[in-house]
Amino acid sequence: MSKRRTPALGTDRDAVPPTGEDSGHWAGGRMAPGLSLAECRPTRRRVWRNRRNSTLVLLAVGLTMIPVVLILYQITAKGIATMDWEFLTSSMPFSFRREGGGFLNGLVGTLIMVGLASVVSIPLGVLAAVYLVEYGKKNWLANLIRFFSDVMTGVPSVFVGLFVYTALVVQFGFGALMGAAALAIIMMPIIVRSTEEMLKLVPNELKDASYALGAAKWQTILRVILPSAAPGIVTGVMLAVARAAGETAPLILTALGSYQLTAKLWGAPISSLTLAIFDGARNPFAAGQARAWAGALELLIIVLVFTIVARVVASRSRISR
Amino acid sequence: MNDEITHLEQEEAGVSSLAAVAARHGSEERWGFAAEQQGFAEQPVFTVRDLSVHYGKNVALKGVSMDIRPRRITAIIGPSGCGKSTLIRCFNRMNELIPGARVDGEILYHGENIYAPGVDPVVVRRHIGMVFQRPNPFPKSIYDNIAFGAKINGYKGDMDELVEKSLRRAALWDEVKTQLKKSALDLSGGQQQRLCIARAIAVEPDVILMDEPASALDPIATVRIEDLMQELKQDYSIVIVTHNMQQAARVSDETAFLYTEVDEATSARWGILVEFGDTGQIFTKPRDKRTEDYVSGRFG
Repeated sequence: MSKRRTPALGTDRDAVPPTGEDSGHWAGGRMAPGLSLAECRPTRRRVWRNRRNSTLVLLAVGLTMIPVVLILYQITAKGIATMDWEFLTSSMPFSFRREGGGFLNGLVGTLIMVGLASVVSIPLGVLAAVYLVEYGKKNWLANLIRFFSDVMTGVPSVFVGLFVYTALVVQFGFGALMGAAALAIIMMPIIVRSTEEMLKLVPNELKDASYALGAAKWQTILRVILPSAAPGIVTGVMLAVARAAGETAPLILTALGSYQLTAKLWGAPISSLTLAIFDGARNPFAAGQARAWAGALELLIIVLVFTIVARVVASRSRISR
Repeated sequence: MNDEITHLEQEEAGVSSLAAVAARHGSEERWGFAAEQQGFAEQPVFTVRDLSVHYGKNVALKGVSMDIRPRRITAIIGPSGCGKSTLIRCFNRMNELIPGARVDGEILYHGENIYAPGVDPVVVRRHIGMVFQRPNPFPKSIYDNIAFGAKINGYKGDMDELVEKSLRRAALWDEVKTQLKKSALDLSGGQQQRLCIARAIAVEPDVILMDEPASALDPIATVRIEDLMQELKQDYSIVIVTHNMQQAARVSDETAFLYTEVDEATSARWGILVEFGDTGQIFTKPRDKRTEDYVSGRFG
């Protein structure tokens, strides 16, 4: 018996040998001759402790679920009334008071801005992660990228909006491109760090196998490392996309929001689902608020679909350890 | 299976059983065989000259010199930590992938130093295949595993044919021919290792390096790999690292014994080549005391 285990066993008095000593005797050690394992009953104390701990864990799970369930219930209950074909296919009326209409302008704005931000941030983020894991390792540049990625993940998103506002909006005006720039800045660090973790999980044996077959470094990265890590990378990317789709504050300062359906990339303010929800929710009129609930439901479904797709892809992960 | 039993007995019997190994190898006969093959074919594939390897400030291997002959199985044996794996990884420049590794001395491959400036390690590895200790198939289909090396090397021929040929050579075709599209990770450990051998020979290398290819396998899978090695040595030169002396005695034609030297003052340790020669000779008439102690099971 190793030295490290002995004291741990010595303090465990949860099971006693059938000699009936309930305290002062520990459960480890050799069986006394003539005794069988079946006769060693768990003590009442252990049964009780086991039940108590199981209950505590279940309670914790229940408490965590409460807000999630309440949010889902409330959004569905209040949003479903207004959610119809008209809501999905038409834009906001010009007055919050008026009934009817929908958030098509917001949906289009979200798709354009999140799409543009993804096109920029996904390749850059994945390539940066490849650099960190395969080239930079621990050099100063890699450490710098890692440090700033961590800082950026923690920066409140409204600051990103302010930054893009002073850097771009002041010069070029509000627009989809400015909104996309803000979202890309928010997505990038998430993608870099999650992809880096996934690339680190690719076993060295696989890289060795590739190099031993005469593969160059870029071939190994493209054909072995990235495909092996793909499911995990996709999960991280999906989470970043979901995060971007749910951002509001940076878009107020960059896309501004609009009642009109527009697909212009610059020169005109553009709406997003989150901006439309924000506008609808802070006005005093029932019709506008109802639309905000339906918009929240729409956004929830979109984010949910993204998350489920990410989970399914991740569960098919083929990285073997 | 008979072989297995014999070897177990040998292990128990210790030194006296070495006669049996000698009988199997019949050094007289082997020298005759070698003489027939004199000429170009007998030029060494590798000539190792005063090879030393450092990892950072630590010396891993010091002053190794040896010749690897073609179409033979050369075994590298020795106790743990004596640099066997380090040595075999020098032959295809895999050590360079380890940060801080430095190789001094030279390894001539058909007379050309693979460590000469201007020689691309990628090119070296295309001629010298490697099979690793743990089976490491790519998480792809069986077919794609075999096709990988050919694809990256710009193979233009019939890929189906190449895959079939390689799998047949590795004695795996009959077991997997109906499921080529299945993931290689669904195969058993022994099948995965034969797949790795098939993958290595698909790029038609000249030499196959095997770093303890059977140490993660059960006895039956081990026997299959050993049989396969005997088949493959018709066409390839094979270098195998093994910690299993019986395996070295069973499969190899020549054996190199590595041993750890310790500097008492600094307690630094490094590997040296103690003895290199015909397998029969190494196991029956070792010239060095340390070899004798090792092969007779007195340590290691």
